[in-house]
Amino acid sequence: MKFMIIRKADAETEAGAMPTAQLVSDMMAYNKAMIDAGVMLDGMGLKPSASGGARIQFAGGKPTVVDGPFAETKELVAGFTLIQVGSREEALEWVKRWPPIDGHGKVALELRQVYEAEDFGAEFAPEIREQEAHLRERAAARD
Amino acid sequence: MDATETHRTINAVWRIESARIIGALARRVRDVGLAEELAQDALLAALEQWPREGIPENPAAWLTAAAKHRAIDLLRKRTLHAHKEGEIAREIDARHAIAAADFADAVDAALDDQVGDDLLRLVFTACHPVLSPEARVALTLRLLGGLTTDEIARSFLVPESTIAQRIVRAKRTLAAARVPFEAPRGPELGARLSSVLEVIYLVFNEGYAATAGEDWMRPALCDEALRLGRILAELMPDAPEVHGLVALMEIQASRAAARVDADGEPVLLLAQNRARWDRLLIGRGLAALARAEQLGGALGPYALQAAIAACHARAQEAAQTDWPRIAALYEALAQLAPSPIVELNRAVALSMAFGPAVGLEHVDALRSAPQLQGYHLLPSVRGDLLARLGRHAEACEEFKRAAELTRNARERKLLLARARSAADG
Repeated sequence: MKFMIIRKADAETEAGAMPTAQLVSDMMAYNKAMIDAGVMLDGMGLKPSASGGARIQFAGGKPTVVDGPFAETKELVAGFTLIQVGSREEALEWVKRWPPIDGHGKVALELRQVYEAEDFGAEFAPEIREQEAHLRERAAARD
Repeated sequence: MDATETHRTINAVWRIESARIIGALARRVRDVGLAEELAQDALLAALEQWPREGIPENPAAWLTAAAKHRAIDLLRKRTLHAHKEGEIAREIDARHAIAAADFADAVDAALDDQVGDDLLRLVFTACHPVLSPEARVALTLRLLGGLTTDEIARSFLVPESTIAQRIVRAKRTLAAARVPFEAPRGPELGARLSSVLEVIYLVFNEGYAATAGEDWMRPALCDEALRLGRILAELMPDAPEVHGLVALMEIQASRAAARVDADGEPVLLLAQNRARWDRLLIGRGLAALARAEQLGGALGPYALQAAIAACHARAQEAAQTDWPRIAALYEALAQLAPSPIVELNRAVALSMAFGPAVGLEHVDALRSAPQLQGYHLLPSVRGDLLARLGRHAEACEEFKRAAELTRNARERKLLLARARSAADG
């Protein structure tokens, strides 16, 4: 099963502050431990919402774009790590090993399980599959 | 936290830490079986104490320390025993005493500096050729995967006692053969690595063959094999075939959701809904294949199979498949590991690339191969090619023959249906 570890934003990530050398080195060691254990699949850090971020709100089917920055810092996402593990407890065990100095000891993380195709089972109707196929093809074409 | 939750947490910590702990202990006590038992004792202590006293702040360090203490006790007892028996020279006694005193530091150092080396030694020991393939698989899942005997037994649909015995016997065999706790070097490495890769791929295929509705432990074997492969790829970054195997498994695993339809019936590769293929795993598989290729040299059998799987993964639709390349890759594979089954696959690829007549020519050349006598796919493929050439009566006969040979009821139904439709022309 796959989980996403979401690193919530804070004042520093939203200000685009560069991490300290110590944090960079701890983060690299943490990621390496997860890669060595065959657990980490992917991970990225996101730029502050002020750097090109946007919110797209649909109303009556019509989109309205609002450019960043956004005020609700704690609700924003600053980065994520995707892991594959045998159980939720194993995922939690990895999350607890996050470098404690991140966010000056007050980092906020969120763990979420990723849907996999088998979760949809028979209800994953052919029409929806077709739609998804179409979307993915377009996404892949952009790569 | 209730007892069940605590147990689950202990299992999770165990899954993450056990191989490191066993590896560090085995390097000191020079006996993998004994190291595993000491680590198991530490696990039992955790299962007993943690529900009562709460989970320690650093559960991994706690387990390591507990295992370490048990090992020190054991070394002391051994020294004492040797002393009493008077069989061992004073010099060796002294060495044991030093070993016991040094032990705590040595294990710490081993955990810090030599985790990689110890894990590698553990992999090669668990997959040692002195053991039967079944024993290698059980021991690998136990020592490297941190799986319980019960979990391994459920994965392989055998009684727990069978696996327990298999593991006990494997440990005894290793001890009796005085297999050193070492990773092979030089000319020996190639053959020993093949054995390791074979074990991992066997685990993967066992999970891949599992069908929906079976115990979830069986499909979980695919993830376990992937995890072991990814670990090995980090331990041996310069070994192209390790990346080749990882690439093959990542790409095959990417198709897991598309392999069966809503009724649990298998879906053939070319008929699969490619939207259900896992793009993340495909990306990882292609990256692993690129690493194998960048390391240079001719591709090995796993990398070649991964390259074939990659041709399918890269095609957005079945019609876009690069069949000439697949045919060439099968040819390279056949040269490396000659096999009529590989040749049959090559014939199919040739027919897709250059037409059914070319494919049929190759299939006909295989009809006398002894390994293919009684193999239902030979008449099945031949029937398919004959049908495409409009030779319906012959096609019908081949499908009927294939139906007689297959042991799979679903497949027989499908082949008989094809025989009927060929008869109708």
